[in-house]
Amino acid sequence: MSGLDELPTGRLEERMKEKAPLYSRGEAITEANRCIYCADAPCVEACPSDIDIPTFIHKISTENVRGSARTIFAQNLLGASCAQVCPVEVLCAGSCVYNTWGRPPIEIGRLQRYATTTALTQDPALLSRKKRPATGKKIACIGAGPASLAAAGQLALDGHSVTLFEKRRVPGGLNVTGVAPYKLFARDALAEVEFILALGDIELKTGVEVDDAAAKRLLTDYDAVFIGIGLGPDSLLGLLGEGVVGATALIEQLKLDPTLTVDDVGTALVVGGGNTAVDIAHELVLLGVPDVRMIYRKTESVMTGYAHELVAARKHGVRLVENRAPLDVVRDGDKLAGLRTQRMDAEGEQIFPCDLVVMAVGQSRLTGLAAAFEGVQLDDKGRVVVDEATCRTGNAKVYAGGDCVNGGKEVVNAAQHGKLAAAAISASFGAHHG
Amino acid sequence: MADLSIDFCGVKSPNPFWLASAPPTNTGDQIKRAFDAGWGGAVWKTLGNPIVNTSSRFGAVNYGSTRMMGLNNIELITDRPLEVNLREMADVKKNYQEHVVVASLMVDTKAEWHEIVHKVQDVGADLLELNFGCPHGMCERGMGSAVGAEPEVLKTIVGWVMEIAKVPVIVKLTPNVGDITVPALAALEAGADAVSLINTVKSIVGVDLDRMVPYPVVGDASSNGGYCGPAVKPIALHMLGQVAHVFPKPISGIGGISNWRDAAEFMALGATGVQVCTAVMHYGYRIVEDMIEGLNDFLDDKGMASAMDLVGKAVPQYKNWGELDMNYHVVADIDPKSCIGCQLCVVACMDGSHQCIHIPGMDDTEKKRRGHVVFPKNVPNIAATAAGAKAGARVPWVHEEQCVGCNLCQLVCPVEGTITMREQRKAPESITWNERVMAGTDLVPGGLDATRKARGLDAE
Repeated sequence: MSGLDELPTGRLEERMKEKAPLYSRGEAITEANRCIYCADAPCVEACPSDIDIPTFIHKISTENVRGSARTIFAQNLLGASCAQVCPVEVLCAGSCVYNTWGRPPIEIGRLQRYATTTALTQDPALLSRKKRPATGKKIACIGAGPASLAAAGQLALDGHSVTLFEKRRVPGGLNVTGVAPYKLFARDALAEVEFILALGDIELKTGVEVDDAAAKRLLTDYDAVFIGIGLGPDSLLGLLGEGVVGATALIEQLKLDPTLTVDDVGTALVVGGGNTAVDIAHELVLLGVPDVRMIYRKTESVMTGYAHELVAARKHGVRLVENRAPLDVVRDGDKLAGLRTQRMDAEGEQIFPCDLVVMAVGQSRLTGLAAAFEGVQLDDKGRVVVDEATCRTGNAKVYAGGDCVNGGKEVVNAAQHGKLAAAAISASFGAHHG
Repeated sequence: MADLSIDFCGVKSPNPFWLASAPPTNTGDQIKRAFDAGWGGAVWKTLGNPIVNTSSRFGAVNYGSTRMMGLNNIELITDRPLEVNLREMADVKKNYQEHVVVASLMVDTKAEWHEIVHKVQDVGADLLELNFGCPHGMCERGMGSAVGAEPEVLKTIVGWVMEIAKVPVIVKLTPNVGDITVPALAALEAGADAVSLINTVKSIVGVDLDRMVPYPVVGDASSNGGYCGPAVKPIALHMLGQVAHVFPKPISGIGGISNWRDAAEFMALGATGVQVCTAVMHYGYRIVEDMIEGLNDFLDDKGMASAMDLVGKAVPQYKNWGELDMNYHVVADIDPKSCIGCQLCVVACMDGSHQCIHIPGMDDTEKKRRGHVVFPKNVPNIAATAAGAKAGARVPWVHEEQCVGCNLCQLVCPVEGTITMREQRKAPESITWNERVMAGTDLVPGGLDATRKARGLDAE
């Protein structure tokens, strides 16, 4: 029901190995015992979803693994996927006091994965057992990505009925379609969707596009609406035609589409300097593309992609070409032959021969749908404007979160939005239980 | 190079490191390998009427990632025929004349004691150790700790042995008594030449919560065993210190000794030599190399020419509480150059001590919420300057007027040397509790009110 049956074999992601496999019990306890159990810990401060990290790690060390998972899920229902996709190097682990001490930080992500996975294997009803009685309230969530799933899970635990409207055939949003496979496989992301759907009264409708008219009906049919629609298609900077693809579209294909192959690609150019650019470059090189280069218009020092991800990608052979801005593609007949670039550090142009151009320069905003709700406002960058503490929009019945609000951040930020919105929605019903 | 050799009741040992009577001294072959590795002596696995053992026999306490912090066993004395042990003992003595072989003994009747003492003396044992300590199995048969816990019985048996002993006799004491000096003095009175302590502590190391059977599991049940290893060292040191104050003859120290430092501590508290078991069961005979080297360097550093110079050096400084100087006072100092900001000192002081460590930048309302009861006006805003410290990180601050000098913050701090306890005497002169009582300024007869007046607290 969650789309696990939508994962045919032969997809390219199946060729990849996990970067950080699930810890065994002994590995987890050993690592947990390394944690010194700080008070007012900096890792907690660094966690966008406020997980009490030292406490969940302490509970692993005492073999209270279900308690550990409860501590995690109390703040973040997507704790399992966040454990794998969070850039812990710049969040919790990056703030670990061990860094100050000149020692490797605690493997917080791997411990979180161990706790959540192990606890749910032992006791799948760990959370749903504590579900509140039905309230009769109904909430519609538009999109079934991380923000909506986090909101839906909490709302269901609070006793409300939730309907998720997802335009794709597969739910899960970027966790399923957009995360580098060596961090999180689609099947594990879908298993998490199953977990969320089983928390309470949640109906998932896939393949349903919510248009303006439908949006208006949601406002009358439901007691509240949560918008978690993410971002739109990849920007292609006007480069068109065969051999040019958007980065998120390509990642989605290699995660879901068994017909995709990159075996005939000799040189792939990835245009961009953000994390999506680094990820797809890294993925292509791991899939055996012999020559993968990132084409970036500025220099490494100002790249928005994380330094630790670039280091990892370079270890596998990705090269970064700085100070080149794309102009247009060069074709040999219909076939892609190269990418013409403008030098940014000197006069002149340079052509890079290639078989594939991947555009990773951002995604468009899905501004239309949000605007269909009366009172919902967008900022000048096309992001939905919400109250920070409640994720409520200008329309008191409409809430929003995730990439459509923050313009594209981490899964954990989306999960936090979903949590805040769910709490505010429940409170608005007078059902806030503190 | 210091002289590591010791003289134990007139018996020379090349160093103070002996193996205790236990599985590592089960056979002659093992003891030869131990001597080859460098051990100075070995106390043979206790001889007596051979027994039958159970399976399994050992249980352990792990702490955090440390394996076998404590070890428990329900193994009994030797399960090998006496004549085999005697033949091997003779062989070891013949081939290792510089090394010390101690025969550990445990039998029941006077006739048996006489028989076994004669036999081990005939094969060349350098010393005898009477095992009055084993706290499991053997005590149910009226031996081991059943003897050690009954001073009169202990004296009787020591008397039997002393009648025929040609070599020095050590009495091994059980810690499973209320006052360890009682059996020690009984042994002295009966003429023993030395005592060794401690034997293992009666224990159950844990419970298998699925089977509801304590460890170590034997079928569907278990029994209490003897606890040893690093976890018992503090108990052993205390008992050693007590015995050292009243027992004028040599003492062999036992209990959780794992390295040269442990050995040096035991010797400083009165042991002429030490016996080791658990650390060898964990890591093998090879650990003695470090023990020899480490003790040697330590003695050189301290300018001691002989290991014997170390014996008893700390005994006078082990005193009763009432003899401690109450004007001695220390306060905690936190070094901003190495503080990593874990705030374990803060939480320990808040919940486990006297709420005197403050985090800079908090107003009184926030301090009150966290549990502070005294609100110093100016908490200095000291920046952390450790190598990887975050910009803006602040170091906890100790409110010295409130610091009782308990050491807790220093004990929990994970970074060695970051918290130091700085001496800040209350007054130059020394005053002890006993002196206060004798001067009539504390704990006077006449009830709680009388003492309050004696302490000059009437004004409060």
